[in-house]
Amino acid sequence: MEVTAKASVNESQLWGGGNKPLNASYGKMMMWFFIVSDALTFTGFLVSYGFSRFKNINSWPIADEVFTHFPFLHGVDAPMYYVALMTFVLIFSSVTMVLAVDAGHHMQKAKVTFYMLLTIIGGAIFVGSQAWEWKNFIKGEYGALETKGGQILQFVNAETGKRAAIQEFAVGIETDRTTHQSSNGIWYENETALPTVSLAGVKEGFVANTDLVIRTQQLDEKGQKTVLTREESLLKIEESMYVVEGANLIRNEYGNRLFADFFFFITGFHGFHVLSGVVINIIIFFNVILGTYERRGHYEMVEKVGLYWHFVDLVWVFVFTFFYLV
Amino acid sequence: MAAEGHKLAIFRGLLKFKSNQQKIWGVLIFLSIVTTIEVALGIIKPEILMGSFLRMKILNWIFIILTLVKAYYIAWDFMHIRDEKNGFKNAIVLPLIILIPYLAFILLIEADYIFEVMKDGFVSWNF
Repeated sequence: MEVTAKASVNESQLWGGGNKPLNASYGKMMMWFFIVSDALTFTGFLVSYGFSRFKNINSWPIADEVFTHFPFLHGVDAPMYYVALMTFVLIFSSVTMVLAVDAGHHMQKAKVTFYMLLTIIGGAIFVGSQAWEWKNFIKGEYGALETKGGQILQFVNAETGKRAAIQEFAVGIETDRTTHQSSNGIWYENETALPTVSLAGVKEGFVANTDLVIRTQQLDEKGQKTVLTREESLLKIEESMYVVEGANLIRNEYGNRLFADFFFFITGFHGFHVLSGVVINIIIFFNVILGTYERRGHYEMVEKVGLYWHFVDLVWVFVFTFFYLV
Repeated sequence: MAAEGHKLAIFRGLLKFKSNQQKIWGVLIFLSIVTTIEVALGIIKPEILMGSFLRMKILNWIFIILTLVKAYYIAWDFMHIRDEKNGFKNAIVLPLIILIPYLAFILLIEADYIFEVMKDGFVSWNF
């Protein structure tokens, strides 16, 4: 670009906007166009999430009941506070990033270094938080049964309306069933760890505890999950086929199977973006310390990586809305 | 470079900042307020906002609008779209503004149709 600028003799040969028609360097422009295409990728994911949700609009899990954990507060029902905290962390690391870009414009190396460091720390906290969120999601809390048709049956106390954990009321029944390893049996198939309680144990425990009823995944007019009567529950539990604890890519205790799939896929893809953003930030951080951009005469690389970092923040704003709020 | 070229007014000139750093902090405060409102609404869920508008809860519409407001300020002030030339601004924003609502529109309409079919169809999905 610079070379052509010097080679061209007279101004009139240049395009209207000069040699940088859009007043942006090649690298910055390409970062923007990458962001546009990446934004469309995330759009595809989030819209397909919306598709599945609208398709199952009367049986989708309620986010407030799924994400209720907060560090060091065991057993306290704290919906949303943790993700809100994560959102603030990410917005704040976006601010330190833009401050680094600004310091770069004024060629203040020390300030750029400091703000880049803060940004990296913020990003690391966010990725760590997301890992913790995943851990809770995968581990589950109450457990549930799944019917042949893939419906999730959860248990609540009829009087208090509180959720009941299957591990607590299930009866321990001796069973010969062991986890199937690939080393014994044909076709070298294996299975994941067996649930801590057996299906028969849960059924028996349910019959024994008369104050328990089943909560289905169907939503009523008020947007609450439908709770069956004791008689209906006793009939319904006979349809159950599996014990589900926590979540994996096949089934989850929270409700619709697609819910966990989309959760893993979209937050995972976003978390991967944050992780690569942190790695790129670290590379740029060391380049700043080594004085690469000081010698180059400008800090445009900081600006470019900043664009990417803000984009990650921007995506999170949407993921936050569509997964946790709406 | 672009350091001097920052436009320092937000809210259509209602709020003017003295320097770019000040503007950044100002936008941070604004984004924090919006996020706090979102979280508070999400926890309280006021009964008035549970009514339906265009087949979605009013509360959900508020969340989506607030999200778009946040997205606007992140893009305009943190990513400095405000300072870019109009042509560049449009090259970035227009494809997104055209394609995203279009995709959302056709897929959500289709999903709603599938929902009706599954609900009123002869096959039971609840077993």
